Amino acid sequence: MASRIQRLIALTAILLISSFSFANESIIVASTTSTQNSGLFGYILPKFKEKTGIDVKVIAQGTGQALETGRRGDADVLFVHDRKAEEKFVADGFGINRKDVMYNDFVLIGPKNDPAGLKQSTDINNAMQRLARNNALFISRGDNSGTHAAELRYWASTNIDPKELKAYRESGSGMGATLNLTAGLNGYTLSDRGTWLSFKNRQDLEIVFAGDPPMFNPYGIILVNPSKHNHVKKAAGEAFIDWITSQEGRDAIAEYKINGEQLFFPSSSDHVAHN
Amino acid sequence: MFPIRVKDLVVMPKDRPILNGVNLTLDGEGISVILGPNGAGKSVLMRTLAGLNEYHSGEIDWRGEQTPEQRIAFVFQHPMMLRSSVCHNVTLGLKSLPLSKAEKQQRVAEVLEQVGLAHRTNESARLLSGGERQRLALARAWATKPRLLMLDEPTAALDPTATEAVEHIIQKINADGTRIVMTTHNMGQALRLAKEIIFVHDGQVREQSPSTQFFEEPQSEEARLFLKGELPWQVEFND
Amino acid sequence: MGDTLLQALSLLTQLDPAIMSIVGLSLQVSLSALVIGSLIGMPFGALLAVAQFPGRTTLVVLVNSFMGMPSVVLGVLVYLMLSRSGPFGDYGLLFSPTAMIFAQTLLVLPLIAALTRQIIEDTWKEYELELKANHLSKRQSVMVLLYDCRFSLTVAVLAGLGRAISEVGAVMIVGGNIEGFTRVMTTAIALETSKGDLPLSIALGLVLIGIQIALNWGTHGVRSWAMRRYG
Repeated sequence: MASRIQRLIALTAILLISSFSFANESIIVASTTSTQNSGLFGYILPKFKEKTGIDVKVIAQGTGQALETGRRGDADVLFVHDRKAEEKFVADGFGINRKDVMYNDFVLIGPKNDPAGLKQSTDINNAMQRLARNNALFISRGDNSGTHAAELRYWASTNIDPKELKAYRESGSGMGATLNLTAGLNGYTLSDRGTWLSFKNRQDLEIVFAGDPPMFNPYGIILVNPSKHNHVKKAAGEAFIDWITSQEGRDAIAEYKINGEQLFFPSSSDHVAHN
Repeated sequence: MFPIRVKDLVVMPKDRPILNGVNLTLDGEGISVILGPNGAGKSVLMRTLAGLNEYHSGEIDWRGEQTPEQRIAFVFQHPMMLRSSVCHNVTLGLKSLPLSKAEKQQRVAEVLEQVGLAHRTNESARLLSGGERQRLALARAWATKPRLLMLDEPTAALDPTATEAVEHIIQKINADGTRIVMTTHNMGQALRLAKEIIFVHDGQVREQSPSTQFFEEPQSEEARLFLKGELPWQVEFND
Repeated sequence: MGDTLLQALSLLTQLDPAIMSIVGLSLQVSLSALVIGSLIGMPFGALLAVAQFPGRTTLVVLVNSFMGMPSVVLGVLVYLMLSRSGPFGDYGLLFSPTAMIFAQTLLVLPLIAALTRQIIEDTWKEYELELKANHLSKRQSVMVLLYDCRFSLTVAVLAGLGRAISEVGAVMIVGGNIEGFTRVMTTAIALETSKGDLPLSIALGLVLIGIQIALNWGTHGVRSWAMRRYG
C-alpha cells in the first residue's frame, strides 16, 4: 500500500510540474471584457508574438477591476477605455507611460420595433431623454466598466438620475452577459460596437442610435509603475506598448474586421479623443 | 505471568457495580470455563482481565509484571471480519508483533492448516459461514502464540458440527501451550472442555473448583440452583 | 435549440483542438487538486474519526461546514492571498494553473476530510473493540480502517473530483480565464455564453456532463463490485 501512495505522489508531481509553463517570456495584460469579446486580441497578439516572441496573457475584467488589478501589481500592463480613470491612475502614481491606442464607439441597442423611438433621436442627450420619458426598460452594465462610465456620463449630461427610472436594471456583468439579458428581456442597452458586432445571440435587437461624437470610446494603454511593484516586466511591457502604438500595431488594429466591418480605429497624434 | 491474582476487583461503569469484589487466582495450565447466569458479569470479567475494560478499584497482579497485554488474545462471539481475504484477516493480530514478513506468512499458513481453513486462504473472509468465521478468529488469535486466550461464548451461534470443530481447535490450542479462559452457556461444552469451573454470580466469584467437583458437589446454594436450572431471575446488566 | 445541439455535437466529434486543450487543462487542474486534497484530507479525516481531544466536536462541525464553502468565496480568499499585494505575492502565482490547483485543493480538502471522517467513524465504532483486542495502536488502527473502507473512500474521492471539475467561481477568479493558459471547461462555458456563442458552450457542457456520468458510473461499479466480492 505504501508503494501505491508513492506512485500517486509521483503522478501528482508530474501533473503539477507540467502545469507550469516553462514557456517564453510573457506579460499579463489586464483588459476589458468588451475588448476580449470583440476578438481583437485573437487577431493582433499572434502578430506581436511572432515579432518579439513574447506571450501576452490577457485577463478580461471590467475597467474598474482592471485598474484595481494594476494597483495591486497583479498585471504588467493595463489596456482599458476610461480616460478619466486612466489619468487618475497615472496621477496617483500607479501607472506610467500612458498612451492613446485606438477608439471605437458606443452604440445604443434596442428592439427592432423601438417602442421608445430612439431611432428618431437627434443626439445622445435626446436619446437618453426619450428612454426616460417613455419609461423604457434599460439594462446597465452596473460594474464600473468603461462602458458603464460612459453610460453614466450620458445620463449626467441630461441631468437625469437613472436610478429614479422605474425600468432601469443593472446586470453587474460583462458586455456579453448584459447583451444576453437585454435580448432576453427585449430592452435597451449601451454597448461598444466591437462586442455588438461579434455577439451572436441578438434575437430581436439591433442598433437604434449611434454616431454622435460623445459616443466615441477611446482606449488607452498604461504600464503598471515598476517603482511601485518592482516585479513588473518593464522591458516586455514597454515592448508591447511601443508595438501597439507603432505603425505596425496600428495597421493590425485597423485590419481587424467582423463581417467586413472595421471595429477599432487607431489613434493618431492629430486625432482628438472625445469623451 | 502466572499465577494471575485478582483481588477485590470492582467494575462500575455507572452507579451500579457489575463486578463487585472479584477474587480469583489463575494458574498457568488448562482450560477454565466461567459459568453463571446472564448478567452475572462473566464477559465483563474476561474483558477487564484482557485490558479491554477499565476497573474502578481492586488489583490484578500479573506476577509482578506490567500487564502483559501482548501475550493475551481475545475472541468474541461474533468475530469481526475485515473486507479482505482469509489470510489477510489472520495477519491482523500479527501487525503489532515485530516479526518479519516471512515469519508472519509462515505462522498464517500453519494456523490456517490447523483450523482447517487452508483451502480458503485467498477467499473473502466475509463470505465465510459462522463456524468458519469462528475458526478464522481462533486462527487469528493462535497465530500470535498467546500465553492466555480468552473466548467469549465462542459457539453460542453455531450448529453442533461447527461447535465440535471449534471445541476441537480450542483443545489443540491449549495443548500447544496456551492457557484458556472462556465463558459458555452450554453445559455439555463445559463438561467436555473444562479443567476447572469458575462460577460467577451477582458480580462475584462464588466458586472456583475442578470441573468434576463443581458438577457433582457444588459448594454454594446459587451454584446448586444454577445447575438445576432454578436460579432466580437476575436484573439484566450489559454482560 | 435543435441545431445549436447539432453544432455542439459536431464540434465534439471533430475533436476540435481548442476544446481538447480546455478539457485537458480542466482534468489536469482538478485531478492534481484531488490527489493533493486526498493525500492530506484522508489521513486528517481518519485521525479526526478516532482521536479524542477537547474541541473535537467543534473541529468536526467546522470541517463539515467548509465542505459547503461557496467556490467564489474561496476564489476571493485565494486571490487576496496570492495577489502581489498579498502575503504570498512574491511567488507570482496569481493567474496561473498553479493558483487554480491551489484553490481547488482548498475546496476539495474539507469535502474529502469530512466524508472520510464519517466513513471511518462508522467503521471504527464497529471494529474498535476487536482492534483493541488485537493490540493495534491508534496509528495502526487508522491504517487498517483506511484500507478496509477503501471502497467507500473511493466513492468519496470521486465526489471530490465531481466538485472540483464542475466549479467555476474559484478558477475564474484566481486563474483569470486566460486563453491557452488558464481556461478550463467551466470558465470557457461562462465566457462563450456571454459572447452568445452557444454551440461551443454546449459542447463543453456535454463533456462536463459526460464526465459526471462517468464518475457516477464508476461509483456505482465500485460499490457493487465490492459488495459481491466482500459482502
